[in-house]
Amino acid sequence: MRVRTGRFRLYAAVARSGFRRYATYRTATLAGVFTNTVFGLILAYTYIALWDERPGLGGYDQSQALTFVWLGQALLTVMALMGGGFEGELIERIRTGDIAVDLYRPADLQTWWLATDLGRALFQLLGRGVAPMVVGALVFDLALPGEPGRWLAFLVAVFLGVLVSFAIRFLVALSAFWLMDGAGTTQVAMLAGTFFSGMLLPLNVFPGALGEFARALPWSALLQVPADVFLGKHTGVDLLRTYAFQIGWAAALLTAGRLLQAVATRRVVVQGG
Amino acid sequence: MDDSVQARNGRTRARHGLAQVRDGVRAYRLISGMWIRSLMAYRLSFAMTAFGNFAVTAFDFAAILLMFSQVDRLGGYSLSEIALLYGATCTSFGIADLALGSMDRLGKRVRDGTLDTLLVRPAPVIAQVAADRFGLHRLGRLVQGAFVLGYALVVLDIGWTPVKILMVPLMVLCGAGIFAAVFVAGAAFQFAARDAAEVQNAFTYGGTTLLQFPPTVFAKDLVRGATYILPLAFVNWIPALYVLGRPYPLDLPTWTAFAPPLVAAVLLALAGLAWRTGLRSYRSTGS
Repeated sequence: MRVRTGRFRLYAAVARSGFRRYATYRTATLAGVFTNTVFGLILAYTYIALWDERPGLGGYDQSQALTFVWLGQALLTVMALMGGGFEGELIERIRTGDIAVDLYRPADLQTWWLATDLGRALFQLLGRGVAPMVVGALVFDLALPGEPGRWLAFLVAVFLGVLVSFAIRFLVALSAFWLMDGAGTTQVAMLAGTFFSGMLLPLNVFPGALGEFARALPWSALLQVPADVFLGKHTGVDLLRTYAFQIGWAAALLTAGRLLQAVATRRVVVQGG
Repeated sequence: MDDSVQARNGRTRARHGLAQVRDGVRAYRLISGMWIRSLMAYRLSFAMTAFGNFAVTAFDFAAILLMFSQVDRLGGYSLSEIALLYGATCTSFGIADLALGSMDRLGKRVRDGTLDTLLVRPAPVIAQVAADRFGLHRLGRLVQGAFVLGYALVVLDIGWTPVKILMVPLMVLCGAGIFAAVFVAGAAFQFAARDAAEVQNAFTYGGTTLLQFPPTVFAKDLVRGATYILPLAFVNWIPALYVLGRPYPLDLPTWTAFAPPLVAAVLLALAGLAWRTGLRSYRSTGS
């Protein structure tokens, strides 16, 4: 029991330092908020043009579609859809061999990085998520939930989304054990992350089978699902089913990461000197 | 006597300037060549990043295609007209990004002090910064843009005149010049605000995203800003709308369609000035 609480305290400290690390760079955060807001503005106008042409497209009215745009900008860095999480650093450690030091530590590799990433995500949500959303709400008429329960349900969906996002990026980072240079896999993951999360266009606007397919993939848990929870598309039993979808992907991908980690660490050869 | 001295001074200065440009180009070629060789050491990764770079923008276009699976027009424009706007800006941006895309790493170099290494080398700093980590995989973006531009030119039903035909390459080249100026100015800005590298993304990537769509989609104020304040509209909106024979939402005289070379030249000169000021203000980190 003592060991378990000790472990918990360790990972909590790691998460806190992950938060603080990103919080240190205030100018960078401001710059990011500015860029997210500019992109939000550009995309919002294209969505207005699209929904003017086809009102009710994908089951959204125009203000819901605009809300989706700003949610996308708010969650872009939280979910590290275009990269920028821990994975670059882990890949670099694998390439240089520093990973050997990590494997020596009396802490689990996957849990350690998950803790740092949770800290990062919390900071990004507060530091980079809130401000663009506020600007969006000031400029456009957004469909913000009135009841506090839905905000809470949204935050739960965001947390589960971060777990899925981490699990995907952990697999991506481990690919460096075989490829040495992770730039390629990182980029492919980023592509999938922007396209299949709904970042480019809400997945319910995708036509027919492509839409069904995209909504079944893990990336939909990162943006489409939290956004739909925010917009009140999932309530009651349906909300639980939505959470189960996210938890299912998180569990499957985290387990895959664990297995791959076991195979990969058996491969590590540290060069002597 | 005085006149001839002055003339000689002028000539020396001109020769000096020319030699500097030649040095810069040579340094750029050597450094970028080195990075290409180093990139080729990880071939699979290079192939994946080049493809990824192609696919990133291809997905942007896929999003537009998906939009058009639901509608016939966007902001009053057809798919092939938007393809012309998209292809033009993506090709221009691709050229500038291939040549200067690494400049956004300047802030990092200022922060960790490695810019000093570049200052003591006998080659123009701007050439070194631009060629640093030269990414050949960025060709992917350029090629994708060129494909869409080619597609648009084939399917569009335009009454081609010699002027309109000439306008297309002129638009792409001047657009590249305008984006190049934005890249240089962004890098210069990083001398002042090291950690604010991301601000420049709003104007580079944000700019090309804006220009992919017709100006009729956006609020008038946004179009005004992109025309009079940061004249990105000259990359493709104004010249492409001339080619398409469509009116620009702001009341501009027709000759402005021929202004891109002038706009690009002025912006590049301003960016060069900003770069000089930034570099001069640079005081290395302490020990």
